[in-house]
Amino acid sequence: MTVEKIENVLKNGKGFIGFTVAGDPNFSKSVDYVVSLAESGADVVEIGIAFSDPSADGDTIMKADLRALNAGSTTERVFEMVGKIRERTQVPLVFLTYVNPVFKYGFDRFLAKMQSLNVEGIIMPDMPLEEQAEFVTLAEKYERSFIQLVTLKSGNRIPKLMSRASGFVYVVSSLGITGARKKLTTESRAIIEKIRTLTDLPIAIGFGISTPKQVAQFDYADAVIVGSAIVSEIEAHPYDAEHYLENMVQAMKAAR
Amino acid sequence: MTSSKKGYYGVYGGQFIPELLVPAVTAVADEFEAAKNDPTFKTALKNLFDEYANRPSLLYHAKNMSTKLGGAQIYFKREDLNHTGAHKINNVLGQALLAKRMGKTRLIAETGAGQHGVATATAAALMGMEAEIFMGKEDTDRQALNVYRMELLGAKVHPVTTGTQVLKDAVNATFQDWTKRVDDTYYVLGSAVGPYPFPEMVKYFQSVISEEARSQFLEQTGRLPDVVIAAVGGGSNAIGAFAKFIDDPEVDLVGVEAAGKGIDTNQTAATMARGSEGIFHGMKSQFLQSPDGQIDPVYSISAGLDYPGIGPEHAYLKDIKRAQYVPITDDEAVAAFEYIARTEGIIAAIESAHAVAYAMKLAPTMSSDQQIMVNLSGRGDKDVAAIARYKGVNIHE
Repeated sequence: MTVEKIENVLKNGKGFIGFTVAGDPNFSKSVDYVVSLAESGADVVEIGIAFSDPSADGDTIMKADLRALNAGSTTERVFEMVGKIRERTQVPLVFLTYVNPVFKYGFDRFLAKMQSLNVEGIIMPDMPLEEQAEFVTLAEKYERSFIQLVTLKSGNRIPKLMSRASGFVYVVSSLGITGARKKLTTESRAIIEKIRTLTDLPIAIGFGISTPKQVAQFDYADAVIVGSAIVSEIEAHPYDAEHYLENMVQAMKAAR
Repeated sequence: MTSSKKGYYGVYGGQFIPELLVPAVTAVADEFEAAKNDPTFKTALKNLFDEYANRPSLLYHAKNMSTKLGGAQIYFKREDLNHTGAHKINNVLGQALLAKRMGKTRLIAETGAGQHGVATATAAALMGMEAEIFMGKEDTDRQALNVYRMELLGAKVHPVTTGTQVLKDAVNATFQDWTKRVDDTYYVLGSAVGPYPFPEMVKYFQSVISEEARSQFLEQTGRLPDVVIAAVGGGSNAIGAFAKFIDDPEVDLVGVEAAGKGIDTNQTAATMARGSEGIFHGMKSQFLQSPDGQIDPVYSISAGLDYPGIGPEHAYLKDIKRAQYVPITDDEAVAAFEYIARTEGIIAAIESAHAVAYAMKLAPTMSSDQQIMVNLSGRGDKDVAAIARYKGVNIHE
């Protein structure tokens, strides 16, 4: 079996992307959880590489990063874990991490490793347009996608962001950081309409989406990204979350 | 001192921030560029410095100490005599004025020892703005007096309970708050760190220290100092003390970092001695971190110096060998704190005591016709209780 391109799996406009932190609560359970997300219907799985100071993340993911670091997370161990995941599922994968762990591993070496493990893309919330040139050039060399984030404040930066985009476009639903929110606005609709005039890439929306009802609200995006809600299930049931994750993903998929 | 790309100092600097903050940070950069070329802004700031902050600060010849140590003549640049008791006010007045110019109504800031928080709360009170200060929980405990001081000034203080609960976590929390409420809010970053334009802007506002000191030396002694010594955490008082001497090659520049319990222990904040290149808090610089890029917990008796990184221009000045950086331990700093209290009748901040401690080592190796400037960045009232605790003295707080 081969790993499909993200662009293709999100084509039907009803995509679901699930997020989990590698090594939360430990590395063997974490492999199981990625597999269960994939088997329950997640079209893409985003794997977080824990960082000591995750500045774009709220409390829920911050605590998960800490659990993973306490479980001995290192960049090398995350790569080993992906190797094990690849023995069990061919779901498209992307990494989410901060620039420093990637910088310390070496941009070139990191991207080469992604290629060998068939991880298609990477999201780094603290590497904006202004600082991307070197990394994006290398990502092209290794045929990896650099996922661009677009926010409610991006405005006239959007065309430039789109000229560098690959894989999918990640629209940030609201201001602030990751984590469940009671209410989400649909301000992102206009942004997504604007993005569509500039790219054919699928558009996913994330940040704060935690219930099937909220998932349904974003029917104008090609995919929704759910992170903190999944991480909360793992926090609540560290060693037997499979069943809870399955129910959640199925309910969210049904709401698409 | 030119560099290839705006906001970079050699390989260091940059703007590693979330897309959500780029428009806000760019707006600050544009406004700063406009303001620094605007005579109205410059006059307004000068007036605040002279009529509110008590500038210029004294350049004081510490004769007792110079005689006792038996070497170079030691001069203190008395930033401790500024309104609010530290150099922090220089930068805060500049940035608050800029925020006002941008039409912002709410100031947010991180603080370590509390001095920057107090200065921000002060400027907000003066200019009729809201202030919210983020301070590591551990620091709110060891600097309780400053917390109450900020509250008296009308600011809201948020103890930060994430991570190691000190300065770096306060910086994280303040950036996060900014992403939640970016339209009416201005982040008054307190040190020469973070994304461009902050390192450059903080240097610009703090340069008043060396601008004054340079002419005071010429006036009082007829020549420039041989050495300028300043404590470095993020590096704002040091970059301000160095700025106008950088182009005088005969002036040695020395930054003093907090070694905590020693640079060979894990209880240290000596970034230059122990760190490596990394990208964090919006900048490429030197950081204390694991080989994997996880930021290390750091330690120093000084809440203002226990920061795992350093401003990008300092990293550059070290690389090009224009400045050197030396570690001073808690024990040495406390000894210096007591020494200048008894010798010169000055209770200096524990941060500044790190710089004094190095001057005490250096002066005896120099001749009596040479001169050292120590930047006395702040006063030590806030540290009295902590020093008593350190010495095991019960002062019935």
